[in-house]
Amino acid sequence: MEQKMIPAREPPVNSRGILGWARENLFASPSQSLVTLALLYGLYLFIPPFWQWAVMDASWTGSSRSDCTTEGACWAFVTARLDQFIYGFYPDSEIWRVNLFFAQLAVVLGWLMIPRIPGKKMALVIGLLVLPVTSWLILTGSLLGLPPVETHQWGGLMVTLVLALYGMLASLPVGVLLALGRRSSMPVVRTFCTAYIELWRGVPLITVLFMASVMLPLFVPEEIVFDKLVRAMIGIVMFQSAYMAEVVRGGLQAIPRGQVEACQSLGMGYWQSMLLVVLPQAIRLVIPGIVNTFIALFKDTSLVLVIGLFDLLSIVQAGLNDPQWLGSAVEGYLFAGFVFWLFCFGMSQYSQRLEKH
Amino acid sequence: MEKMVREGQDPTSPVIQLKGVNKWYGNFHVLRDINLDVMRGEKIVICGPSGSGKSTLIRCINALEEHQEGQIIVDGTELNRDLKNIEKVRREVGMVFQQFNLFPHLTVLENCTLAPIWVRKASKKDAEKVAMEYLERVRIPDQADKYPGQLSGGQQQRVAIARSLCMNPEIMLFDEPTSALDPEMIKEVLDVMIELANEGMTMICVTHEMGFAKTVADRMIFMDQGQVVEEATPEVFFNNPESERTKEFLGQILIH
Amino acid sequence: MWVRLWRDPVWRAVFFQVLLILGVVAVVAWVINNTLTNLEHRGISTGFDFLSQSAGFGIIQTLVEYDESQSFGRTFLVGLLNTLLVSFLGVIFATILGFLIGVARLSSNWLLARLASTYIEIFRNIPLLLQIFFWYFAVLGVLPSPRQSINFFDAIFLNVRGISLPWPILDSGMEIVVWAGIASLVLAMGVAGLCRNYRRTKGRPLPHIKVIIASVIIGLPLLTAWLTNAHLQWEMPVLRGFNFSGGLVILPELAALWFALSIYTAAFIAEVVRSGIESVSKGQKEAAAALGLKPRRVLSLVVIPQAMRVIIPPLTNQYLNLIKNSSLATAIGYPDLVSVFAGTTLNQTGQAVEVIAMTMAVYLTISLTVSVLMNLYNRWVSLVER
Repeated sequence: MEQKMIPAREPPVNSRGILGWARENLFASPSQSLVTLALLYGLYLFIPPFWQWAVMDASWTGSSRSDCTTEGACWAFVTARLDQFIYGFYPDSEIWRVNLFFAQLAVVLGWLMIPRIPGKKMALVIGLLVLPVTSWLILTGSLLGLPPVETHQWGGLMVTLVLALYGMLASLPVGVLLALGRRSSMPVVRTFCTAYIELWRGVPLITVLFMASVMLPLFVPEEIVFDKLVRAMIGIVMFQSAYMAEVVRGGLQAIPRGQVEACQSLGMGYWQSMLLVVLPQAIRLVIPGIVNTFIALFKDTSLVLVIGLFDLLSIVQAGLNDPQWLGSAVEGYLFAGFVFWLFCFGMSQYSQRLEKH
Repeated sequence: MEKMVREGQDPTSPVIQLKGVNKWYGNFHVLRDINLDVMRGEKIVICGPSGSGKSTLIRCINALEEHQEGQIIVDGTELNRDLKNIEKVRREVGMVFQQFNLFPHLTVLENCTLAPIWVRKASKKDAEKVAMEYLERVRIPDQADKYPGQLSGGQQQRVAIARSLCMNPEIMLFDEPTSALDPEMIKEVLDVMIELANEGMTMICVTHEMGFAKTVADRMIFMDQGQVVEEATPEVFFNNPESERTKEFLGQILIH
Repeated sequence: MWVRLWRDPVWRAVFFQVLLILGVVAVVAWVINNTLTNLEHRGISTGFDFLSQSAGFGIIQTLVEYDESQSFGRTFLVGLLNTLLVSFLGVIFATILGFLIGVARLSSNWLLARLASTYIEIFRNIPLLLQIFFWYFAVLGVLPSPRQSINFFDAIFLNVRGISLPWPILDSGMEIVVWAGIASLVLAMGVAGLCRNYRRTKGRPLPHIKVIIASVIIGLPLLTAWLTNAHLQWEMPVLRGFNFSGGLVILPELAALWFALSIYTAAFIAEVVRSGIESVSKGQKEAAAALGLKPRRVLSLVVIPQAMRVIIPPLTNQYLNLIKNSSLATAIGYPDLVSVFAGTTLNQTGQAVEVIAMTMAVYLTISLTVSVLMNLYNRWVSLVER
C-alpha cells in the first residue's frame, strides 16, 4: 500500500489571528468571559472619565487655582512650581550648576547602562570616585570660587537624587566591609558585624532619621555642628549599609570556595584574593539586588520630610498648603507619584533585564 | 623571568619532607603518621580509594589545609604558624585543581598574569610575555583573550596549568586534574603533564590515570584510610605489590 | 619575638579582635561622655524617671484607658497598642489583597493578568509616604463635613472626621451567645477531625458531614440566643451638633494609614505569591493530574502545600516591613508608637536618647523574635523535605 505524505495545513480558523487569540485568552470558558466583561466594564467606567479630567478638561497654565477650570485637572499647579519642585530654593542665577549635576549623572549612567559603549571600568571609576566629588563641589560652590549655596536652600528632585546617590555610594563600601566581616573567621569581628546589620535592619528608617537628627548632635562635642542634610545622609548610610551588606553577602556565598583556594595556591593574601577575585565576581552577581535596594532607598528618601528637609515629596506637600493653590492635592500627588514611579519603574526594568542575562 | 637554579641548595637532599604528619577533621582522623621525602625533580603519583586522604595530603603541602601534628618542610621552609613561611611556600609551589578554579571574570591571559603582577610584583608587560610563553607550551596561545567559560574543560585545565607555571614554581601539585574531564579531553591534559615531567619539574600527582603513572612516576604511593599503605617504584607497584589492599585496589581499577 | 607573633595567624587574629573591641569601647565611651556633657549643658535630665511623670497631652485614639493626667510610660503603651492595631489590620487586608492579586497575575485570562501586573508595577514603585498622603489629604481630607456625611443605609457615615459604623453592645446575655459561638467553632473543629479520621479508616466520607458542621456553627449560638432570650443590640452613630457620637469611629488617620499600608504591601505580597506558585514545577502538576486528581485537588494537595513553603519566609518579611512602615503614621498624626512616644513625649521631655532607644528596642524585639521563629520554621521545613 502506498503511504501518502500528509502536507502541513494551517490550524483551524478559530485558533488563529486576533479572534483566535481572544478566544483563548479572554473567552476560554463562560466564567472567563464573565470576568473579562466585568473587567472591561470597570475599565470603561474609570478610564474615559479620567482621561476627560486629566487631559481633555485640564488647565495647563495659570498663576493660581482660580485660573483653572473646575471640572478638569489643574496642572497649572505643577507647571507654575516646576522649578521649585526640581531645584528647591536654589538661587535662580545658579541653577545651571544643578543642571550640570544632572547632566554629569545622565552621561555616566548612560555610559554604564548602554551595553554597546566601551570603557565600563573607566565609567565605574568616574561614577564612584570622581562624580561625587565634582558634584559636591559644584552644588555647594566650595573651592571653585562659585557663590556658595548652603544646603538649606537645596530642595525638590535635586535633594531626592543627592540623598539617594550619596547614600548609595557611601553605603556600598561600608556594606562590602560588613559583609566580609560577617563571613570572617574571627568571632569578635563576625559578632560585631552581625549585630550591626541586624540592629539597623530591625528598626524603621524613620527612627534612624530621628536618631540622626536629634541624637547625633548630642553624640559629638558641641563645637562640631552637622548640617541637617549631612545628618540625614549619615542616618541613611548607617541604615542602607546594613541592607547592602546582606545583598553583598548573598553574592559572596555564591562564589565557590575553590576560587579562594586557587588564589591561596598562587600566593595571594586575603585582601588580594577578595579585591581581585572574589568581590568582582560577587558584586557582578548581585547587581540586580543592589539596584533593588537602590530603588527602595530612592523611595525611602521621601521620609526626610519628617526631619524637615525638602525632598520632592515634601516640597510638593509644602506647595499644597499655599493658599493660592488649595485643593490641588490630587494633581500634586499624581505628579510627584509619576516622577518617583518613572525612576523606580525604569530601574526595576533595568534590573530585571540584567537578571535575565 | 627565566628559570633559575637556586644556589646553596643540596640537590641530594629532599625538597619536601613530611615527618609524622597527622590531621583530624573534628574527630575523624584523616592523615595518620605520614612520612614522605620527595627529592628534587622526582615525580610521585598518589592513588587510593576516595576518602583515603590523598587530596588532603597534597593540600597540606601548600597549607591549604593545616596539619595538627608533625612537620612539613618545603624547600627548607617549615610550614608552621608563621604567615611568612606559608607565603613563601605558596609562591614556590604551584597547584592544579580538579575543578580548574579559573577566575571566570578574567580572560585567559589575565588569569595567568594576575598573580605574577600582584604577588611577584612583575610589570604587566613582562608578566604577559611569560604568560604567552606558557600558553604556547600548553598549546592554547590563540585563546589568550577568551574567557574561561568559552573554553572546553581540557583547555581550561591546560590554562590552569599555565597559570601555575607563570609563578615559576619549584614544585607542582596536581589534585585529580583529569577527574572532571570528558574522556576525549583527558589526553591533551596528560600530554602537557608528561612534557612538564620530562623537563625535570618536581611533581606530586593525585590521579587514577595509571597509564600516566607508568609513564612518568618515579615512585607510586598507595593510601588507604589516611595512611601510606604501599610505596614502591611503578614496576614493583603494578607487577608485584606487597599489600593485599593494593592488589585489591589495582584489581578494581585496572579491569576497566 | 614581636615579629614572630605578628606573623602568626592566630596571634594576628587575636590582635585585630582586641583592637576592634578597644576601638568600639573607645567610640562608645567618647559618645557617652559627649552626650552627658551636652545634656548637662542643656539642662536635660537622664534616666527613666520621666516614665512615671504626668504626660499632660491628649491622644486622639486610645485602646486602653488614658487621659492627660497619666504618665509618659502610659503613652508608650498607648502608642505601642496603636502600632499593633494598624499593623494587625494592615497584615490582614494586605494578605487577602496580595493573594488575590498574586493569583490573578497568573490567571489564564489575559486582561486579568495584565491588570494585576499593572497594579503591582504602579503601587510598589511609588513611595509609601506619598500614598499615605494621597489617601489622607487627597481622598479622606476632601470628604464632606459631618452634617453632609455620605450616608449608607442610615448606619454607616463617611465624613471628614472619619467613618462611623454601628457597633454591637455586649450585655451579659449577649456575652453568653458569643461564648456559645466560640464553643460551636471548637466543636465543629472536633467533628471535622473525627470525620477525617473516619474517612482515613473507612475510605469514604461520613454522609452529610458538611451539613452537620454548618448546622453546629450556626445552630448553637442561635439556640443559646433563643434560650437566654438575648437579642443583639447595635449602638448607632448619631449626629450630635457638629459631629457623630456613638458607634465605632474609624479615624481618617487610621483609615488612610491602613489603606496605604495594605495596598502598598499587597503589591509586594502578590509578587511573593506569584513566585511561590511558579516555583512549583509543571511536572508536579502534570504528575498529579496523571494520577487522576481533579484540578481543585491538584491545587489543594500538591501545588499549594509546596508553594507555601516558598511563600512563608518572604511573606513574613513583608509583614515585618509593614510593621516597620507603620511608623510613617507620624507624618499624618496617627498616634502610633513613633508619633506619640518618639514624637510628642520626646519633645516634652527632651530625653531623646532614652525615648529613641526604647522605640528602637520595640521594633528590634519584634524583628528578632520573628526571625528566630523563621529560622525554626526553615529548619523544620528542611527536616520534612529530607
